[in-house]
Amino acid sequence: MIRARWILSCPALALTGCASLPLSYLDSTAPVGGRIAQLGWGMLIISVVVVLIIAGLLVAAIWRGSTEVDGRELAVRRDTGGMRWIYVGVGISSAVLAISAIWTLLTLKAVAQPASGAAPLTIGIVAHQWWWQADYRPSQAQGNFTTANEVHIPVGVPVRFELRSADVIHSFWVPKLAGKTDVIPGRTNSMWVEARQPGIYRGQCAEYCGIEHALMSFRVIAEPIDRFRSWQAAELSGRSPQQGSASAQGAAIFAAHCGACHAMRGTEAGGAYGPDLTNLGSRTTLAAGMIQNTPRNLAYWIRHAQEVKPGARMPNVPLSDADVAKLVPYLEAR
Amino acid sequence: MATVPVPAPEQEKLVRTWETAPGVYGWCATVDHKQIGIRYLVTSIVFLLLGGVEALTLRIQLAQPNLKFLAPEQYDQLFSMHGVTMIFLYALPVLSGFSNYLWPLMLGSRDMAFPRLNALSYWLYLFSGIFLYVGLPLGQAPNGGWFNYVPYTSSEYDPGINIDIFALGLIFLGISTVVGSANFVVTLLRTRAPGMSINRMPILVWGTMTASVANLFAVPALSLACFMLWLDRNFGTSFFAVRGGGQPLLWQHLFWSFGHPWVYALVLPSMGIVSDALPVFCRRPLVGYTAVALATVTTMVIGFGVWVHHMFATGLPTMAISFFSAASIIIAVPSAIAVFAWIATIWTGRPVFKVPFLYFAGFILLFVIGGVSGFMTASAALDWQLTDTYFVVAHLHYVLLGINLFPVLGGLVYWFPKFSGRMMDERLGRWAFWIMFIGFNLAFFPMHIVGLEGMPRRIYTYPADLGVGGWNLLITIGAFMLASGILLFLYNLVRSLSVGEVAGPNPWDAPTLEWSTSSPPPPQNFDIIPIIASRHPLWEDRLEDVEDRSQLTTGYLLDHGRETIGTTPLDAEPNVILRMPGDSLLPLCLAVATSVLFFALLSKLWLIAGLGFAAALVTLILWFAPEPLADPEHPRLYA
Repeated sequence: MIRARWILSCPALALTGCASLPLSYLDSTAPVGGRIAQLGWGMLIISVVVVLIIAGLLVAAIWRGSTEVDGRELAVRRDTGGMRWIYVGVGISSAVLAISAIWTLLTLKAVAQPASGAAPLTIGIVAHQWWWQADYRPSQAQGNFTTANEVHIPVGVPVRFELRSADVIHSFWVPKLAGKTDVIPGRTNSMWVEARQPGIYRGQCAEYCGIEHALMSFRVIAEPIDRFRSWQAAELSGRSPQQGSASAQGAAIFAAHCGACHAMRGTEAGGAYGPDLTNLGSRTTLAAGMIQNTPRNLAYWIRHAQEVKPGARMPNVPLSDADVAKLVPYLEAR
Repeated sequence: MATVPVPAPEQEKLVRTWETAPGVYGWCATVDHKQIGIRYLVTSIVFLLLGGVEALTLRIQLAQPNLKFLAPEQYDQLFSMHGVTMIFLYALPVLSGFSNYLWPLMLGSRDMAFPRLNALSYWLYLFSGIFLYVGLPLGQAPNGGWFNYVPYTSSEYDPGINIDIFALGLIFLGISTVVGSANFVVTLLRTRAPGMSINRMPILVWGTMTASVANLFAVPALSLACFMLWLDRNFGTSFFAVRGGGQPLLWQHLFWSFGHPWVYALVLPSMGIVSDALPVFCRRPLVGYTAVALATVTTMVIGFGVWVHHMFATGLPTMAISFFSAASIIIAVPSAIAVFAWIATIWTGRPVFKVPFLYFAGFILLFVIGGVSGFMTASAALDWQLTDTYFVVAHLHYVLLGINLFPVLGGLVYWFPKFSGRMMDERLGRWAFWIMFIGFNLAFFPMHIVGLEGMPRRIYTYPADLGVGGWNLLITIGAFMLASGILLFLYNLVRSLSVGEVAGPNPWDAPTLEWSTSSPPPPQNFDIIPIIASRHPLWEDRLEDVEDRSQLTTGYLLDHGRETIGTTPLDAEPNVILRMPGDSLLPLCLAVATSVLFFALLSKLWLIAGLGFAAALVTLILWFAPEPLADPEHPRLYA
């Protein structure tokens, strides 16, 4: 069945630039990504036309000469107009190449920084093997907070990402918003994006970084500015200590089994090795965008992380059914 | 001077002088460029098959989303070994095979300038190839990809011997490449037949010369980078480690300042194969010889100034990126010269549809597709999207398979009669070509599309909602089709060795010098060293504008032991007689000593490493000891 759908959809997708696919970028309408998509379509069309012309010439040349001759015949003079091919062909090619180079340079200049000059919001991104940390520093007075794998941004506002690596080289890529920028240890790279439409934009690590490179994805969630503000306020308020004994037991299990690696604001757990799990319930996915965040998936992930994502730094945590039943509601509570 | 036919006793004397000793000793000690060339070809095709099996294994894993055919670590080692094998152990060595076998024949010489160095470079290649493969059966093969970015490949993140094998193996292989390249350069400049001035050399010779000069400059950057990485990993230095003040980007600059010239070294000689052999099947000389020869050199010169296009996403300043982007777009101009020269050659010629022609015509199309995708990735802003996706995988396979493999296979069919004395079967050859050509495009064209749809490269699996499962299945089917075409080609080749039609010296009626000797050529190549007067010595009587006549039957006999003529670099005027060495075990000994050194370094057995190094030095001293004269009664003055 999958096959049938593919056969029907493929040609259409190839022609339309695959509008619906989560990582395709030639349909981008964002200020940076859209400008690059224009250049992309332009160069793609030039390329296709060039291939068609050359293929046509090649076929014509072969067809034209293919008379039944004795293979040993050698009658052609050297100067039968051959050089004109080179002069004309290379002349036209050079002009097209020069135009393309200029177009590229203009695009580079246009996307180098936001039209307004500076981006009003800066988000720190730290890439880890194999997940993403996002640090928000709204203001000195309000304080900081950290989240993971889901980066919220306001719509219509240029956002600057400051990219750092905790270990090896990664590459930060949200195709529908902008191109890649490598995340290199010992350096702080930066890039900017702006989302025109609210929505969930898929991101993916694009530089090979070890065995779970394939599953190092993330999401950029663009929201209208007021929703973004309320999300930010909710994050800033952190986690207030939960009421009730079930929750208290969940907190104790978390402290005993998870706190060495993970942080939970408002509790003693302050591990920095894995993602900050404050407000985990508000995230849509687990394991760097790999599985949906449902209680069942979370319970499975905690005990069987190595089957879900072999080689991940998260071990299989040996918890009883009863413990998991208490821990999961604690983590998912908002 | 002598006139042909060379009297039988003289001829026998030449054969006796030049032939390799029989038996195991001769097999180990030969310095005959023809035997070494065949060894290069066979070994590199074995590596092609190994790399191909690795590729098919990867393609099974990627045929559908979320498959669990390979574990992630197995996938990583296999894709790294696939890249290392194809790029380092197949693509350049196979061209060295052609050059080794054909150069002296094309140049009218009796051997390469340094025959023992030639044997050495082969043995080093073989042993370093084995060295790079020792980790695979142990599950410890290199796993950092073929460009092996630090710090992922530092001991902190990759503590096994995987990357030590990569670093030491490439230094080891680099020795082979450098001595081979030096030999090619000197051979070209000093052993061309009298009269073969630089504007009369075949384009293949231009291509290999350009590639060899480039290798002499490029390979040391890689060897240095690998040596620094090995020190970082084993002795706590910090060339690339941030913790000690090192820079991970330094690796990328060193690697790509090697890597980009290297990929041109992989394609310029094979473009030369087409420039030389395509005209034979168009029954006319190549259009624009001078332009094509200069374009070859120009490509390489610009090729040294474009390495940053592999690093557009690393956050370098826009100014620097703009420069490298423009240079990378402009480098297409010399390629356009070659493409239009080939098309004009077909247009104004009379194509003969033999199997090699199919490969060369198919190659032109693949070259253009690989070229325009390269043009797209050269555009820095667009490359921020394209880089590290399957679009780049599509591009590099069109370039490396399209521009290296197709000319190589066409070249094998073309020169097979010279190598073996027999023709390859035409009908099987056509089948193999079409299966391969269609399979190749099925396998690699859709990679452009999945790349534009955002599929990243080097991922062992992908989620179903990426929407690329169907294309990937098609790609896998295409890969198996390509592989079956290659197997059919090899079956045809092996079969034709014994049952192929007997060829005679010049079955294609080709114009260059290698076709003037018997097939296969005698040990001495030429009874007399010919004197060349044009670019097409065997077509002179039929080309309207060539009035000069090369002398293939009158020339230098040179029969006082192993001798050939040395000529001046540009005009090829004879000025010395070169005395050539005979069979020698020294190249094998030196290669064995070097292998002991490298295996001991890998195992950290320092004492044995020291012994290996000492043995290599002793061998070198013996190497440089002068040999006694062949004929002390009539001493001759040598260069």
